[in-house]
Amino acid sequence: MRHLLGIEGWRRDELEAVLDRARAHLPGGPDTTHLLRGKVVANLFFEDSTRTRTSFHMAARGLGAGVLDWSPSGSSTSKGETLLDTARNIEATGPVAIVMRHRSSGAPHLVAKHVRCVVINAGDGTHEHPSQALLDAFTLRQRWGSLDGRTVLIVGDILHSRVARSNLWCLKALGARVIVCGPPTLVPPGLEALGAEVTHNLDAVLPQADAVMCLRLQLERMSEAFLPSTREYSRLFGLTTAREERMKAGALVMHPGPINRGLELAPAVADGARSVILEQVSNGVAVRRAILEVCTS
Amino acid sequence: MSATVLFRRGRVIDPRNGVDGVRDVLVRDGKVAEVSDTPLPVPPGAEVVEAAGRWVLPGFIDLHVHLREPGEEGKETVLTGCRAAVAGGFTAVVAMPNTKVVNDSGLVTELVLSRARAANLCHVYPAGAITKGLKGEELAETGELVSSGCVAITDDGRPVMNAALMRRALQYATMFGVPVMVHEEDLTLSAGGAMHEGSVSTRLGLRGIPASAEVAMVARDLVLLEETKGRLHIAHVSCEGSVRLIREAKRRGLFVTAEATPHHVILDDRAVGDYDTHAKMAPPLRADRDVEALREALVDGTIDAIATDHAPHGVLDKQVEFEKGINGIVGLETALGLTLELVHAGLLDAKRAVELLTHGPAKAFGLPGGHLAPGAPADITVVDPLEEWTVDAHRFYSRSRNTPFHGRKQKGRVVQTWVSGRKVYADGQVKESR
Ligand SMILES: [Zn+2]
Repeated sequence: MRHLLGIEGWRRDELEAVLDRARAHLPGGPDTTHLLRGKVVANLFFEDSTRTRTSFHMAARGLGAGVLDWSPSGSSTSKGETLLDTARNIEATGPVAIVMRHRSSGAPHLVAKHVRCVVINAGDGTHEHPSQALLDAFTLRQRWGSLDGRTVLIVGDILHSRVARSNLWCLKALGARVIVCGPPTLVPPGLEALGAEVTHNLDAVLPQADAVMCLRLQLERMSEAFLPSTREYSRLFGLTTAREERMKAGALVMHPGPINRGLELAPAVADGARSVILEQVSNGVAVRRAILEVCTS
Repeated sequence: MSATVLFRRGRVIDPRNGVDGVRDVLVRDGKVAEVSDTPLPVPPGAEVVEAAGRWVLPGFIDLHVHLREPGEEGKETVLTGCRAAVAGGFTAVVAMPNTKVVNDSGLVTELVLSRARAANLCHVYPAGAITKGLKGEELAETGELVSSGCVAITDDGRPVMNAALMRRALQYATMFGVPVMVHEEDLTLSAGGAMHEGSVSTRLGLRGIPASAEVAMVARDLVLLEETKGRLHIAHVSCEGSVRLIREAKRRGLFVTAEATPHHVILDDRAVGDYDTHAKMAPPLRADRDVEALREALVDGTIDAIATDHAPHGVLDKQVEFEKGINGIVGLETALGLTLELVHAGLLDAKRAVELLTHGPAKAFGLPGGHLAPGAPADITVVDPLEEWTVDAHRFYSRSRNTPFHGRKQKGRVVQTWVSGRKVYADGQVKESR
């Protein structure tokens, strides 16, 4: 039994075990509905995320578990209940795991210190989104077999992206080279210490990438003056069709979704031959089943 | 209680008077009567403190303490704060005005002073607000505050963002000779930040507070200080850039003093670990090179005082998401042990360490005490420099337990505290007389 609070701290063999196991959960695989039969998985989403919530929901059901879906709307948090109160109340219903999404970085770490069941981080603030990183890595392994020696370029708002951090650790652990690229206002300091190469010039590094992972640009960042305009962003960091043509043959395009079409990614690129975006989504359920299985076993 | 006390054969370290050696100290009627390198005869009826192997020091003075009364007595009161102070070897504390009724009037100052008299443990010097309600809009009545007993003015916890107002505060305070104590933080740079901006905040995905949030304000206030010929005290200096500016300003003769907290010179931002709210403070714990710079500044005199920024909070203020966690830790009962860590590590000599806890703060705020010349108040702290002990937050005299140092091994401990010739702490017990 083990929490999945983040990718950081997981060893390569442990990550590979989850990814290997995920293959058995792909459609057409063996029946796994007995694995968590009679158990309950609590979905504790303090922040909206239809995709991740649905994906975990389906994963839990696919393992035979019941799902307790909890969201804070109109409930106790608005009446001053603390995160720990809420978590302890959920724990009292006896789930085998709490899958948790929260707008504060580190919130699942706090909960994990105070509950006895497994805590799975489904995205905390601007920190980590481990299941997304695992499904991204799974998708790349499906295409490449191994990530060793491959270069993955992560483009966009690195500062606020939990996907970027988790992917950085995950891809590095699995043997890939990781370059991150974005405007200096959206690239936090000290990324090199975490193993990334940092650049602000997309065109310079684009031809080196075996995969380009575009991150969603949070439009509210505009009002905070991280960027002058979406127009300028898209000119400097958007994956346009012109840029796509300069990519390596066979290089892949990824996006964790939902996409701002035409901003971080041109529609033709999002739907083009290089795109594995829909594979990412469909692999999500299999990977999350593997996470639930491995963490609760 | 005896009116005459003889401290025998302790190592007296009194930096102001250039004393560091084995001495006898005779105390009579609440004042130091004699300090002698040869053994003194025991006067009739005198209490004798055998101090061989111990340090006999001027009582410690803490320029930066939050006593929480009035308003948040669940966290601390003047009484519990004074107990914590004397247990930590402090014989005087400066009480910050950001209580839940802000100390921006003589009335509140007098309330704090009357609580302190009732506690009757250590000296409590209130600091008044710079601005009414700490709102940063209008000056509080500095004259009334000072005449009621305030020894400094500060909006601690908040910066004075309005530069024109800050300029006037410095000008106006020159009439009363009190320092303007500043919490340096440009709120537009620190907005939304939860910890120091650096590789650790990046790893944890927390919005960072850049060093420039402090350094820019230090720079601004030094510019204003130069123009106003005022008197500025910079609270809890946390970073290299501030140290450099303060050092340079002192060299040019500006009337600026500064303090650093034990936690900022002992811990760096890695202490946040995995979102430990006990390592959350304002200013935040900085990078290792900032810690290095602070240590150098303690040695070379750029920093005048070690001050704890004792900030009591309840358990529920800390058992929350990191971003929501309230800033600050308690400090009175761990200050000596942490300071001695630097001494044992050879980074600070004992005399300078004592100066930073005694004469340094006394001089910065013009307070009595901080030394042991004949005629000085008999505020004395006796320390066993070798006693090993482990910080146990559950045994704090403070009403709060918020510390990142629980369980930390320490070498060197306060064994006795005397205020005005009266024993207020000994054998691990606070001695109250009410
Ligand atoms: Zn303070």
